[in-house]
Amino acid sequence: MPFRSLSDIQNQLNAGQTTAVEVAQLYLDRIKQYNNDLNAFVHIDAEHVLAQAQASDAYRDEHEARPLEGLPIAIKDIFCTQQGPTTCCSKILEGFEAPYDAHVITRLREAGAVLVGKTNMDEFAMGSSNETSAFGGCKNPWNTDCIPGGSSGGSAVAVAAGLTPAALGTDTGGSIRQPASLTGLVGLKPTYGRVSRRGIIAFASSLDQAGPMTRTVKDAALLTSIMSGHDAGDATSVSDAPNFDWLKACENLDMKGLRIGKPKEYFIDGMDEEVRAQVEAALKTCEELGAEIVDISLPHTEYAVAAYYVIAPSEASTNLSRYDAVRFGHRCENPEDLEDMYARSRDEGFGAEVKRRILTGTFALSSGYYDAYYLKAQQVRTLISQDFKQAFEQVDVIATPTSPIPAFKSGEKTEDPLTMYLSDIFTIAVNLAGLPGLSQPCGFAQDLPVGLQWIAPAWQEDKILAAASAYENATDWHTKSPAKFGGES
Amino acid sequence: MSWEVVIGLEVHCQINTKTKAFCGCSTEFGAEPNSQTCPVCLGMPGQLPVLNDEAARKTILTGLAINANINLESKFDRKNYFYPDLPKGYQISQFAVPIVEGGYIDIPTKNGEKRLGVTRIHMEEDAGKSMHEGLDAVSHIDLNRSGIPLMEIVSEPDMRSADEAIAYLKQLHQIIKFLGVSDADMEKGQFRCDANVSVRRPGEPFGTRTEMKNMNSFRFIKQAIEFEVLRQIEIIEDGGEVKQESRLWDSVKNESRSMRSKEEAHDYRYFPEPDLPPLRVTQEEVDAIKAGMPELPNQLRKRFETEFGLSAYDADVLTQTQSLAQWYEALVAAHPANPKQCANWLANELLGRLKELGKDITESPVSAQALASLLDRIADNTISGKIAKDVLDAMMESGKDVDTIIDEKGLKQVSDTGAIDAMIQEVLDANPEQVEAYKGGQDRLFGFFVGQVMKASKGKANPAMVNQRLKELLG
Repeated sequence: MPFRSLSDIQNQLNAGQTTAVEVAQLYLDRIKQYNNDLNAFVHIDAEHVLAQAQASDAYRDEHEARPLEGLPIAIKDIFCTQQGPTTCCSKILEGFEAPYDAHVITRLREAGAVLVGKTNMDEFAMGSSNETSAFGGCKNPWNTDCIPGGSSGGSAVAVAAGLTPAALGTDTGGSIRQPASLTGLVGLKPTYGRVSRRGIIAFASSLDQAGPMTRTVKDAALLTSIMSGHDAGDATSVSDAPNFDWLKACENLDMKGLRIGKPKEYFIDGMDEEVRAQVEAALKTCEELGAEIVDISLPHTEYAVAAYYVIAPSEASTNLSRYDAVRFGHRCENPEDLEDMYARSRDEGFGAEVKRRILTGTFALSSGYYDAYYLKAQQVRTLISQDFKQAFEQVDVIATPTSPIPAFKSGEKTEDPLTMYLSDIFTIAVNLAGLPGLSQPCGFAQDLPVGLQWIAPAWQEDKILAAASAYENATDWHTKSPAKFGGES
Repeated sequence: MSWEVVIGLEVHCQINTKTKAFCGCSTEFGAEPNSQTCPVCLGMPGQLPVLNDEAARKTILTGLAINANINLESKFDRKNYFYPDLPKGYQISQFAVPIVEGGYIDIPTKNGEKRLGVTRIHMEEDAGKSMHEGLDAVSHIDLNRSGIPLMEIVSEPDMRSADEAIAYLKQLHQIIKFLGVSDADMEKGQFRCDANVSVRRPGEPFGTRTEMKNMNSFRFIKQAIEFEVLRQIEIIEDGGEVKQESRLWDSVKNESRSMRSKEEAHDYRYFPEPDLPPLRVTQEEVDAIKAGMPELPNQLRKRFETEFGLSAYDADVLTQTQSLAQWYEALVAAHPANPKQCANWLANELLGRLKELGKDITESPVSAQALASLLDRIADNTISGKIAKDVLDAMMESGKDVDTIIDEKGLKQVSDTGAIDAMIQEVLDANPEQVEAYKGGQDRLFGFFVGQVMKASKGKANPAMVNQRLKELLG
């Protein structure tokens, strides 16, 4: 029961076999049972959840059901919500309650969704293991000694452990796709500009994009179709974005004539051999479904991580300047003067990884270093975009592993930020180029899920959805769930 | 050997939009502190800026008025620094590619017109206001001003004296007001100036400059520049070196003091604002803005000189503000016979009286139509010019029309030959000695007789007729 997809629940609701309140109660019970151990949710207000479910049932009695009527969706703690705290899992936003909903949250509410609570994440979305959260890390339900990936770790755990059927994440360098991969879920990062960023706490504005984390490709399409669309309140949200029927794109069941690019830079020495084998096997399946696998090259891939770790911290260093203890958020006790208030409040409020990135970014933007770092990184970004552009002259979509390794042990990489940064080696370039990317489960390595990543040209999520749906239809990896939490593996 | 002064100016001018640069908050002046704020201009988490197109339109208009290039694609940047009245910790500005580049302003000098270069105009947002007064060791912050749109107008270092700097500023101020892009009220801080000042021996490279910050009165700017020039010359002549620094003008003590040295200057870490795409405008849009541009002070001045035959001085006086120029044109339209006379009466008589009342032309109790009627009565000899001044006084006071005042006070000019001859005869009879002397060759006594006749008529006799008849009667 808890591992149903959104569409299954929707069918049951539509058929009158269950109610939104029953569905909400089921997940609330599971959260009560498992969250202490998993730490997937950081804020939950059961009464508010049930009130939304009741309102949804009442709405359904009177009207035609809305697209997400009564469907429970968990929210990463980076989305501002009028109800309850929004902290980005940082001490600096301890107790902060936003007087507004993020644009995406408004869209979900208007579509009838029941918002389940706020999920754990790396502080300000800076991390790949969820271990930088001020609320502590959360556990991978497939092996609770392991991390679930990050930064949308809490959302991944909540869906993977059946505490909610779907969740929202954000993806700046892989923060949806990498945890989806490590917990056996579908995670979609839409094209930059597809989803409004208004009301989502900014990490790196030119890279951040919100997206769904779900059990099936169709669920991801359903949620994205609601989340996306122009918002006049976000100047980077595109007003004339090419669109298509999101659910129809998932009805595709074969890959006849599909040219899939296999970039050699994404199958490298040092990656986990079982991961490689699973992804190769997945490509084999695609071939059997009629696809043509084309060897391609994305030659500037090796510079992506370095460019990303200049651009993202640069933007973050100024995005996080507003946490100055003047108007909201944590303020130190008895500041001596302004300087002391700034220094101590920020020192107490930000964790080590966030400070590391603020310092990196401040340095990269400093006069005398700007050209060598920020400007150079932007040039690399252009080259990476060109790589993809050229590749898409030969192929329709690109397929790669999402992560070079399966979930690793908690604490294993926390002492070595550089190794940690390499977890996103296969996801970062997609953000730099602003492209859509999706991860879906494609097997197991060391009994831990492995993800297959699909990349398409900008605004062509439909191509990704078609390919991923066909693969999903031909395999049963998406039906697996961790036995320890009542699932079938 | 003499010193040459080099001055460049940066003007921050508030663009008069209804709402702020990047959110929908009101820009009304003087509201309750923090009452005109929203999550965007408070810098709350996740909030994003959306550009107010009106601010861009008005900046483009200003650029066109100073003969500058409009960049069809310009970019926004973040200027980073921490201060409590800067909610986001950065100011959205334009650094690398401003919307306007490369214009000029012509100013009148003793040696004819001088062309002063304008490097650029860029858009940015204002910060809030910190108030440190009070004894409670707490600062108060008002963020009503946070996010108000500004344009920063940066000149080339082309000015060679404080007077040239002031002429540039006044010209710019006037253009901006004519365009209606800013109220430019200096007391409200809507037109503020930073002056970069250095001195050098003629022909040598630029000297080290200092920056005089945030001045909002033409008088203070002149004083501050003159003070700074003398200070720098004294330092150099004493064998010292001018230090590059920012200085603040103290208008009470009439001196400046150091605010921040070059070493203490901020590193603003400018970089492209990722929340705003480049600002793109089309040539068609620029052309449309240009087509709607009002006549500028310089064009008006020239037209007033050629079309109405005004002196350069009068043309300048009457083009100080758009409302004054419009008032003058309405006056000429109502009394087209003599535009110069219109100018004299407006500039000398009406403006003088308004000044005494502390009013400007828009508050004049006498309309252009009413003043034209007064000039009509002079032209048709109903009253003399001298009487007309008394009538104008009465109009200012009572608001009544010209003819009513003339009737009520019996001021109608006497042009009847019989009546004038009678008055002349009376005067001649009363002054036989003077008549004798005049006839003996003392021509200058003629004026004496005119005066006596005018006096006898209480000023109402038609002076031209008195002249003519006197000549005839005195033989």
